[in-house]
Amino acid sequence: MQKSKFSLKNLTDTNLLLMITIVVFFVMYIAAMIFLKAGFLKPQTFFNILNANASLIIVSCGMSLVMITGGIDISVGGVVALVSMCCAVYLDFHNGSVFGAVLIALAIGLGFGIVQGFLVAYLDIQPFIVSLAGMFFARGMTTIVNTNPFNVSNEQFVAAKNTRVIIPGLGTMNKLGKYVDAYVEIGVVVALIIVVLFFCLLRWTKLGRSFYAVGGNQQSALMLGINVKRTKFISHLLCSLMAGIGGFVYFLHVGSGSASHAMGMEMNAIASSIIGGTMLTGGVGNIIGTFFGVLSLSTIQNIVSSVGLDQAWWTGITIAAMLCLFLVVQSVVIARKKR
Amino acid sequence: MRDKAVLEMKNIHKSFPGVRALQAVDFTLCEGEIHALMGENGAGKSTLIKVLTGVYSKDSGDIFLKGHDKAVAIHSPQDAQNLGISTVYQEITLCPNLSVAENMFIGRTKGFGQNWKKMNAEADRILKSLDIPAKATQQLGSCSLAVQQMIAIGRAVDMDCKVLILDEPTSSLDEGEVEKLFKLMRDLKAKGVGIIFVTHFLDQVYEVCDKITVLRDGQLVGEYEIENLPRVQLVSKMLGKELDDMSDIKSEQSTYKDSDNNAPVFEAAGLCSDAGIKLFDFYIKKGEVNGFTGLLGSGRSECVRAIFGADRITGGTVKKNGKTVKITKPIDAMKNGIAYLPEDRKRDGIVGDLSVRDNIILALQVMQGFFKPISKAQAYKYADEYIKLLSIKTASADTPIKSLSGGNQQKVLIGRWLLTHPEYLILDEPTRGIDVGTKIDIQKLVLKLASEGMSVTFISSETDEMLRTCSRLVVMRDRKVVGELSGEDLTQNKIMSTIAGGDK
Amino acid sequence: MKDMKTKFSVKNIFRNQIFIPIAAMLLLLIFNLILDPSFFKVTLGYNSAGNPVLSGYLITILDSGSELAILAIGMTLVTAATGGQDISVGATAAIAGSVILRVLCGGNSRPEHMQAPIIVAFLVAVLASMLCGAFNGILVAYFKIQPMVATLILYTAGRSIAAWINNNELPVISDESFSYFGGFIPGICIPTPFLIALLCIIVTVLVMKFTTLGLYTQAVGINEHSSKLNGLNPIFIKFITFVILGVCVAVVGLIKVSRISTINYSVIAKDIEMDAILAVALGGNALGGGKFNMTASIIGAYVIQCLTTTLYKFNVQSDALPAYKAVVVILLVVSSAPTVRAWFTKTWAGITAKNVKEVG
Repeated sequence: MQKSKFSLKNLTDTNLLLMITIVVFFVMYIAAMIFLKAGFLKPQTFFNILNANASLIIVSCGMSLVMITGGIDISVGGVVALVSMCCAVYLDFHNGSVFGAVLIALAIGLGFGIVQGFLVAYLDIQPFIVSLAGMFFARGMTTIVNTNPFNVSNEQFVAAKNTRVIIPGLGTMNKLGKYVDAYVEIGVVVALIIVVLFFCLLRWTKLGRSFYAVGGNQQSALMLGINVKRTKFISHLLCSLMAGIGGFVYFLHVGSGSASHAMGMEMNAIASSIIGGTMLTGGVGNIIGTFFGVLSLSTIQNIVSSVGLDQAWWTGITIAAMLCLFLVVQSVVIARKKR
Repeated sequence: MRDKAVLEMKNIHKSFPGVRALQAVDFTLCEGEIHALMGENGAGKSTLIKVLTGVYSKDSGDIFLKGHDKAVAIHSPQDAQNLGISTVYQEITLCPNLSVAENMFIGRTKGFGQNWKKMNAEADRILKSLDIPAKATQQLGSCSLAVQQMIAIGRAVDMDCKVLILDEPTSSLDEGEVEKLFKLMRDLKAKGVGIIFVTHFLDQVYEVCDKITVLRDGQLVGEYEIENLPRVQLVSKMLGKELDDMSDIKSEQSTYKDSDNNAPVFEAAGLCSDAGIKLFDFYIKKGEVNGFTGLLGSGRSECVRAIFGADRITGGTVKKNGKTVKITKPIDAMKNGIAYLPEDRKRDGIVGDLSVRDNIILALQVMQGFFKPISKAQAYKYADEYIKLLSIKTASADTPIKSLSGGNQQKVLIGRWLLTHPEYLILDEPTRGIDVGTKIDIQKLVLKLASEGMSVTFISSETDEMLRTCSRLVVMRDRKVVGELSGEDLTQNKIMSTIAGGDK
Repeated sequence: MKDMKTKFSVKNIFRNQIFIPIAAMLLLLIFNLILDPSFFKVTLGYNSAGNPVLSGYLITILDSGSELAILAIGMTLVTAATGGQDISVGATAAIAGSVILRVLCGGNSRPEHMQAPIIVAFLVAVLASMLCGAFNGILVAYFKIQPMVATLILYTAGRSIAAWINNNELPVISDESFSYFGGFIPGICIPTPFLIALLCIIVTVLVMKFTTLGLYTQAVGINEHSSKLNGLNPIFIKFITFVILGVCVAVVGLIKVSRISTINYSVIAKDIEMDAILAVALGGNALGGGKFNMTASIIGAYVIQCLTTTLYKFNVQSDALPAYKAVVVILLVVSSAPTVRAWFTKTWAGITAKNVKEVG
């Protein structure tokens, strides 16, 4: 067969949106490198973005999965806060081990996933309402577990928190002329592993494809012999599990427990997924896009603060503007293609 | 079980709130047989099939399959698939966001991983063997409806099935594709597959089927060998009455002839829309029934949509009684006395969750405007009037329209438009997918309305319906008007040759 | 025969949409009645300004639930027409409140007198939040972006914009008359917010009666294609529901700033969007759009407030409140889930059948 020429028509919706995202990210980052030289030329700046947003990457992966399946989960921010608080209390007040804390994080994630997944998939309750209740519950529980925020001083944990994975060859000279290695935190490694795992899951497994099928048309997916309920259940389970893991990574990064942790993280995760080309209507999306979505979002934040507009409200406005831009571009592009 | 039977359904009961959809229905399918399941809309064919495929759970009764000693339990479409029952539904049940190949294989192959290379190769093989013009890697949503339906068929027949169910698969296919499907069905039959074929096209039944089972009002009428059941009898079995309605229609046709010399009520010049039709001219006289004919996709629906302003108008003028009127939106058309019954009842017609009453008054309400709501009492009056006039079968005027059968939904929609007292009524495929009885009712109604002075455009895929009702036919090909037939030219042959393009 | 009839009506009550919120309300009230009947005590007292005021838990519910009830009206319409929800109402209320203060203060953050009549400030705020609604409406209706996502934009930016309107200052209005809207009008012992809510409800009832808004939004929400072919303009109808919600939001903004005579950008009307959506859902309305029942939504709003007040009464910490709310919400939605209800009806039918047998 003749190799077909490259054209917009031949791209699936997923790939088209992914392409837009990646292009925008690189344009933005390169522009920042040219105009705001100072920070952005250093590789470590990029790694710091990763360090600060490893948990968001993990949570967004789960969010994208749920959104691809046609659902939504706004409980993730609450779960992250709850995990941080529980782990902090366990480590400091009960002198627990880091391994135990990881287990707690996973257990909380799984618990939320099982309950929410069951309610959404098997009792057919709208995911928005279920996860809204989940969010309320997680936020409330965080306060009940411990009201006041505090820093964790458990030695084993602090050691884990300060562990750095050195990236060879990308270090820079500091002001004193001393060579400083570029590094990332453990959380970033976890996040990258999860991105790869999720990419493989969505691309190369039957389960992964059935997420797309259910999101594309639930009724059809049922007729095609897909176990729709189980698929939806698994998507919510995985999303909450990611919130649990993301919660631990978040905790590892900030090293404290607080009821106000990860406020609005669910919205950031949704925004990242959307910027990454996932559509809330379901059936369209890509994990690589989500990854770049998070990077775009945090790069914007970095640019805003390095320009000197460090008032918190500027971040809100720029993210909103960017979201607006992406949404309009997406809707126009998709509409054009349908013509 | 009967000898050679692959499937036996015994004493199946199923009821929905307020409706007994199936009562004590038996159905038997043998190996290597094509078995037509016939009945009016609402007779219970779809329900029976959905019970068999696990979409609905039955209230009582047993299903036996060859190779299983006990009655099998089918709780989901997945169960049905695993038991070797594969189905093609009337509405396309594929996922538009996945690729063609994925749609063919998802949900029916074992294992955890997804081997794209192998899957695409397999899919290409099937596409090639069925001559389907699509690529395995293409996104399904970018294929035409007919191609999507063929892909669904390809998926179903590729499964190693013992029972194949075809629930009105042909309504979106053209003749060539139907031929392909029939050849496929015969091949499968030779391999011993039992095929259940549901269709409204009698010709197709007599072309391929061996046996016919007739349902009526959720009950079994009987099972017949095809050679023992001539068409007339089949129709009367489906309707439950002897029928000479066909001749009635013919006789009514003469009553509106006298209006032939009137000036046109509506005329359009150089009309075109962004739906992709070429410029066309058009006129209709008072009390006239005309029709647009042409193959599927020839642009006949787009033409009437342009007249109604349903698509974006890109040029042309419309005159009403000689005066130019501006019609760019449906509301303009409605205010000028045009009514349009769309082709796709489910997508464009009914407002599913609303009651029959609200569905009937909707168009009139919109015409009256935002600040003049129709009172509840008045709405009930209108609804009852049209429920009676069109003999719509519904539990009450408050029943949601989605729980009515297809034919009755169509009647409600016709009632909706009649309530606006239009001067010009456009009916786009009003008889598609509905039962013979309602089809005849609708044709009669069209002629009656015309005799009362209403102008009607009647579009149907079934040429004989058009010949019976229309006095003038506009013939279309490739989104262009290619001819106009009236009077003595109105014959099957002449239409075919005009569509085909030979001027003989 | 008589039995048949009662059975039918029982069934109908269960099926009626309004059953869920009313049952929930009754349950909460009974719960309170058993644990502490003082919940129902309403006393007439005098506030610091010497005006007669009613007080008591019930009055608190009516008072604090007003904002939610007003929002539920607009949210129900948006939900019905677009099949999605507006999550920016809290942020937009902040904008509206900020606009009111800005107009009243006229640049000076501690004015001695108000610089403009309250009605003018309110109208400007209405305009502002209608603009916000229009922005959401354009994105949703014209660009066909899912409502939750489209309104995510203002959700993110709204509070920042509110702060920007007043240059991040916190103006305080010392004029007594401004606090009437969130408190009591001298001589009237019923809290003003409740009166405002009542007014909004009356206006809504009139609009529903004398226009076809209800039918149009439902038709568009259920089947957009079909509505279009029936002469409706789905884009405009979706758009207008957002604008109507904008008006509701402005009223809420007024009440909110009037309650404290100032504004706190990050806290004002916080999470109210979630409660408003919850009110719609508690009213048994499908969040996927289509048919709606306005009364049920409004009752739903008061149910939520009733729950909140009950919890406060039992000394639940305000930060921990959501956890209890969540449990109640889950119980409610689970008990109203179709699958659970079907199971319940079946069991109920089984029990009654058994009873009949025993009696017979």
